[in-house]
Amino acid sequence: MTSLNPALIIGTQVSEVVRLHQGLRGTRLRDRVLEALSRLRIPAAATRLRHYQHQLSGGMRQRVTSAIAMSCAPRLLIADEPTTSLDVTIQAQYLELLKEVQAATGVAVILVTHDFGIVAANADRVAVMYAGRIVEMGSTLQVFNSPGHPYTQALLRCLPDVELKRQELVEIGGQPPDLARLPPGCPFAPRCPRRQPVCDEAYPPAVPLGSGHVAHCWVASAAAA
Amino acid sequence: MTRYLVGRVLQTLLSMLVVISIVFVLTRLSGDPVNLLLDVNATERDQEVLTRYLGLDQPLPVQYGIYVRNIALGDFGKSVLTRRPVTEHIWERLPATVELGFVAMFMSVLIGIPLGMYSAVRRGGVADRAARIFAVLGQSMPTFWLGLMLILFFGVVLGVLPAGGRGSLAHLVLPAFTLGYFTSAAILRLTRSSMLEVLGSDYIKFARLKGLHEQVVLWKHGLKNALLPVVTFAVLLFVQFLGGAVVTETVCCRTP
Repeated sequence: MTSLNPALIIGTQVSEVVRLHQGLRGTRLRDRVLEALSRLRIPAAATRLRHYQHQLSGGMRQRVTSAIAMSCAPRLLIADEPTTSLDVTIQAQYLELLKEVQAATGVAVILVTHDFGIVAANADRVAVMYAGRIVEMGSTLQVFNSPGHPYTQALLRCLPDVELKRQELVEIGGQPPDLARLPPGCPFAPRCPRRQPVCDEAYPPAVPLGSGHVAHCWVASAAAA
Repeated sequence: MTRYLVGRVLQTLLSMLVVISIVFVLTRLSGDPVNLLLDVNATERDQEVLTRYLGLDQPLPVQYGIYVRNIALGDFGKSVLTRRPVTEHIWERLPATVELGFVAMFMSVLIGIPLGMYSAVRRGGVADRAARIFAVLGQSMPTFWLGLMLILFFGVVLGVLPAGGRGSLAHLVLPAFTLGYFTSAAILRLTRSSMLEVLGSDYIKFARLKGLHEQVVLWKHGLKNALLPVVTFAVLLFVQFLGGAVVTETVCCRTP
């Protein structure tokens, strides 16, 4: 959202990347820039080239930024909270667009988000992170239907249910640990409802729960064994 | 844009009219000019003649009208001391002031902006500390003292630059530096703080992520944004140069 330079026109900001990494000049450069913008569904791309970021809406800015990221045909796109500060309708539009671009170009996308709705609607595989480490990974169905890690289970319990009215919201008790002083064992142990003595001693190993589904948890391994 | 400019020009004219009116009222409040100009021994007849000559026998509103009309026509009247038109005096001295103002401005921008940039990029380093000492000195040394010291050192002791007067480019060096040092210090500090703010922004991070050369990031993406307050400030300083280079000009004897 704030990644575009307010003092430079859009054209400059898109073309400098293409020129630097693809070595294109002149009309071929311009064509490539226009192509990058149109792929992200930016209407009247040729006019937009001369605009500044303040002349664009929030959703449009996000698409221009994405167009810059996609302009050199990357193999991996890391979209870290791409929908923050976009309103819900624009969020949906943007994610739909991201899916289309992904299908058209075959780029791999790592989508970083706090929103389980976005995960369920967009991800093929999910990795759940806690205190800087992946604690569970699997296909979206596996993680949502049979979460193996107590943290994932707790997170899913926190989702408010539209059906139930006047229901008290669930939270996970306690605080996330200080990343500078991580305990030797499982970092989630102090907040875990299924804490065992072993949890405080060593970090749990990866436990396979299904094909491509793993969780780092002592309890999950005990259940699987 | 045009509407804005027209509005601004009208606003300027209005504020000039207000200033002129205040000057007019104040001079009339401070006593009868005839008594000031004439000797104690002047006769009543002398006073009458001078009053008529200066147009002071007219009613005040008429005097005011004549005053404003003449100013609008570019006639500022005659100096009571030299009896020459005021505009002549102004045109005689203005080129020297403008010349000095331009060179000093040019110098302070040329010194202030690059040093400010460098200081921001190397924040906390030796260069940054040196630049900050340079800036503090520039802002705290009075210009008359700095001017005198420079004249003493370069003009008298070393004898490499003229100690005063006007004419060649060499004559401009000392006064321009005296005047420009103070402002270059101010511009340096402003550029530094503005650049530090810009360097912390998301678009600078993004420009670096794009893989651009660091110099491109700084000069193309950074400076263009950081310059906004600097330009505003520099223009205000230039106005000050034109109006208030008096001390430096007096010290450096830049009067014909």
